[in-house]
Amino acid sequence: MPEASAPIVRIRNLSKAYRRGTQVIPVLTDINFDIARGEFVALMGPSGSGKSTLLNLIAGIDSADQGSIQVGDVEITTLGESDLARWRAGSVGFIFQFYNLIPVLTAYENVELPLLLTHLSRRERSEHVEAVLNVVGLADRMDHYPSQLSGGQQQRVAIARAIVTDPEILVADEPTGDLDRASAEEILQLMDRLVREFGKTVIMVTHDPRAAEKAHLIRHLEKGELSVT
Amino acid sequence: MGIPYSYSFRNLWTRRLTTVLTASGMGLVVFVFAATLMLTEGLEKTLVETGSSDNVVLLRKSANSEVQSGVERDQASLLESQPEIAIGADGRPLLAKELVVLINLKKRVGDKPANVIIRGIDAASLKLRPAVRLKEGRMPRPGSAEVVAGESVAQRFKGCGLGETLRFGMRDWRVVGVFDAGATGFSSEIWGDRDQMMQAFRRPVYSSMIFRLRDTGAFDAYKARVEADPRLTVEAKRETQYYLDQSEAMAKFLRILGLVLTVIFSIGAVIGATITMYAAVANRVTEIGTLRALGFQRKSILASFIIEALLLGLCGGILGIFAASFMQLITISTMNWASFSELAFSFTLNFSIVWKSLLFSAVMGFVGGALPALRASRMNIVEALRAT
Repeated sequence: MPEASAPIVRIRNLSKAYRRGTQVIPVLTDINFDIARGEFVALMGPSGSGKSTLLNLIAGIDSADQGSIQVGDVEITTLGESDLARWRAGSVGFIFQFYNLIPVLTAYENVELPLLLTHLSRRERSEHVEAVLNVVGLADRMDHYPSQLSGGQQQRVAIARAIVTDPEILVADEPTGDLDRASAEEILQLMDRLVREFGKTVIMVTHDPRAAEKAHLIRHLEKGELSVT
Repeated sequence: MGIPYSYSFRNLWTRRLTTVLTASGMGLVVFVFAATLMLTEGLEKTLVETGSSDNVVLLRKSANSEVQSGVERDQASLLESQPEIAIGADGRPLLAKELVVLINLKKRVGDKPANVIIRGIDAASLKLRPAVRLKEGRMPRPGSAEVVAGESVAQRFKGCGLGETLRFGMRDWRVVGVFDAGATGFSSEIWGDRDQMMQAFRRPVYSSMIFRLRDTGAFDAYKARVEADPRLTVEAKRETQYYLDQSEAMAKFLRILGLVLTVIFSIGAVIGATITMYAAVANRVTEIGTLRALGFQRKSILASFIIEALLLGLCGGILGIFAASFMQLITISTMNWASFSELAFSFTLNFSIVWKSLLFSAVMGFVGGALPALRASRMNIVEALRAT
């Protein structure tokens, strides 16, 4: 078992560039960065600073050109595509700006989706789904389709989907970007609760200084380089 | 476990109008496919059911049908006395020497002429065809100018109804009965006394002989002996084989025609399905990215879209079969090119056709969905998520 104080995310000498024809556009340059277990980190920076790319790399949905990313005990930059997908299914919870719920599935079925990749029985899945829907306060809306829910409610269902497999880290890309102030506040409080009560590690990309205030640590990215606030 | 089937099904349901339109296009192709098979099946069934495997037909060597055949009287006498022939309850051999002639009659609708088979029958003819039952009137009296008409002929040709009079062989023939021969070729024939007809048509020889085997297993030995006999110029066939041979040319023609039509139409339907599935993929780029981010593998995405395309194809298949099933209500008549006579038959739907049609529709769905599904599975996760 890793020590409680050991970082859950260790990033070393991470670089990433995009290529457009012969042109190489550096996005991240030699990033070194640790995130402690149970920490709520906000990544801020202007558009194009590379914060979403950094988040995608930590979440294992994009590949680095150079450097290493260790999440828990796993060096994810060495994983093949299938192994990476399996790792994501068990270790990462995703929270998106536009919730990204599947419109043809009910709230219950959306939350159940990641559990379909586990070996849990139907009954066990049902117990897990109901438990997390209770955590986000939407147990009474489990049969509703996304279109029957408000933006804030949809984001809460998305958070339930993100935590249902009990992942090590939660990555959130502008989680309040599409919400009104009241709903955004609710979501931020819920994320804060996930950190405090459930010990989750949250890495959030945001433009909103109010959202960033909830974080324990704010990291600024500018032209692909990190600074600490 | 992969992406649940309900995801594919509900996506089709959500795009109901597109689904119905695409499935209808595929349904139309399946309809043509199934209808052609039903037509071929109906033709084969009609001709094959006309025969009985216990019965043997004797024709002149190399004659393809009774119309082209002739059996000399002296040969008939020899053949009559063979030991393989079954004996009826009345102690007489179950054997009939028959005359088959084509005449031209006008149809009730449209006044168009068509060939009809006139069969001169023997006392045993009816016993040899248990499927033939008198429906109205009575059988012709031996030695009289009376005939009975098959139900299909009675309905479709002028002068062939009960009580009506036909003129052929320079004589008038009164229709004294109508017989029901089920879905067999006999329904398209007119039967009368053989000797009267031989006189009327100035025919000195019989067209064919038919008899029931005493032991059905004795056929091969009988055939070998009779066909090797230098006094005889006949060929023996089981009655079922004889009628199957008759249906072969027409069935082959229908099959090829159906196949050509189906292949051409199916190209259009597959393109339709491909467009629909590409649109489905294009509308769900973010969903695909999300599913991949959640940990679903490329093959799960591929399977999910393939299942959706298969479901789309099967919807088309069910629509096509449903529409084609109504074709069973239609009886059509066409020229049987083996005998040059008019033959009435119905579209016949059976389990095999249903199965083949569904398989065909699923294949169309698969072919139409393969490329879009491949595209969906190959999407870059980050780019797909950016499509929001």
